[in-house]
Amino acid sequence: MFDFSVVTSWIDQGLRSVMSPAAAITVECVLIGIVLLALYAIMALILILAERKVCAAFQCRLGPNRVGPWGCIQVVADMIKMLTKEIITIKHTDKFLYNLAPFIVIIASLLAFACIPWGNGLQALDFNVGIFFMIAASSMGIVGILLAGWSSNNKFSLIGAMRSGAQMISYELSIGLSLLTMVVLSGTMQISEIVEGQNELWFIFKGHIPALIAFVIYLIAGTAETNRGPFDLPEAESELTAGYHTEYSGMHFGFYYVAEFVNMFIVASIATTVFLGGWMPLHIPGLDGFNRIMDYIPSVIWFFGKSALMVFVIMWFKWTFPRLRIDQLLNLEWKYLLPLNLLNLLVMVAIVVLGWHF
Amino acid sequence: MQDAILLKFVFYFLAAVIAVFSVMAVTTRRILRAATYLLFVLFATAGLYFFLNYSFLGAVQLMVYAGGVIILYIFSILLTSTDKESKSPMFSLRRWLALLASIGGICLVSFLLLTNVWPTVYEPSTAEVPMKLIGKTLMGTEKGQFLLPFEVMSVLLLACMVGGILIARKRG
Repeated sequence: MFDFSVVTSWIDQGLRSVMSPAAAITVECVLIGIVLLALYAIMALILILAERKVCAAFQCRLGPNRVGPWGCIQVVADMIKMLTKEIITIKHTDKFLYNLAPFIVIIASLLAFACIPWGNGLQALDFNVGIFFMIAASSMGIVGILLAGWSSNNKFSLIGAMRSGAQMISYELSIGLSLLTMVVLSGTMQISEIVEGQNELWFIFKGHIPALIAFVIYLIAGTAETNRGPFDLPEAESELTAGYHTEYSGMHFGFYYVAEFVNMFIVASIATTVFLGGWMPLHIPGLDGFNRIMDYIPSVIWFFGKSALMVFVIMWFKWTFPRLRIDQLLNLEWKYLLPLNLLNLLVMVAIVVLGWHF
Repeated sequence: MQDAILLKFVFYFLAAVIAVFSVMAVTTRRILRAATYLLFVLFATAGLYFFLNYSFLGAVQLMVYAGGVIILYIFSILLTSTDKESKSPMFSLRRWLALLASIGGICLVSFLLLTNVWPTVYEPSTAEVPMKLIGKTLMGTEKGQFLLPFEVMSVLLLACMVGGILIARKRG
């Protein structure tokens, strides 16, 4: 298994040999920031293309197929169009909050993005409360959405923002509890240690029944948290035009659009990290030959492969299920998922205490 | 040496953010802006905790204050406030009371600042506090552990929740 920390520590040594430690840290921080931002933008482009292709496949269409081979330059053209569009200012609004809101959303999403373990030794932020920090950082996005709805001075935006706030606060409970179930199994919240702990067997197999239940709950709650279909009623276009970002134009709208897609990827990558082993290859205890063959596949490919699968499942939800009503949505969370989740947590604790996992 | 300069720079930046936005939060006339400035103050406070390498408290600060309390504030502002009320000047009696309260606050804070004995050198710890230690301190029953306050707090929250449901439920 190739360890990328060899590369990163080589860069670190190189920088420290030509400048003072403080300057080296500053340069590294700036470099990591630039790399993360670039990765963020590229991931968004790839996801938008994937979404359009998957949507087309589900609706028996071809999707974008004119610009570039297989239509893959279409998203770049769309991006350039978005960047050159005018940002329209609206009268009778709180300009400061109106302009601030998209940045809060994108910063929250970027902070969570920085915690993702991309491969063996490739991780920017690795606190010992990693998973908790990730949930905390992504919960800040709600503030941006509420401010956007309020400062747009538009009733539909405000209704969309309130719906979105209620939805995200509710489903955050399920996300937190289902991840807590897995933290009980792993015994740590540090993301790198969670991945290391799945060296023997991925947690979804190790924790069998409660892990599987937690996985399903996490996927449902994660889809709702990102405001995607079938839970996309904050921006239900037949009722609210476009919800909280109706009044936004140009790149301000682009921020919401990009953040929504990358949030989907973040949800998929947390599912990958916590349940499906992160960058850890598929290891089965006892089959040493098989495990060694699996180790030849690079860790980054494992991570992206599993994340892509999860992203596909989330897209599959969107294009298959009809949209829920707001009361159905809140009923699902508070009356079904939350009690089930609490019970599941109890079962997981019992299984870990009694040692009944694999 | 240069490390110390970098740390000082980060500290003074965070301190400046906290000071400036605290003042702006109380001087602005628009209540939603005040909530947003308060959010920045809480972010910078979380930054201070991360700066001290206490990432657990930093994450709690983000989760509880930025993710919870501020959203609660914004929700209640959106549900209750009207712009007219917030823009009208304050009554003179309230103004005098506010003046009195702020003078009292200044006296208290300056008393604490002047009488406090500062350590000559304070080094932020380089190691993170281990998660297991925090968990055991929070859930333990021995000396210096906090299970009873934790449970009392949860009973208080339960009472608040029951009260909230009682007020919000449909009658009849």
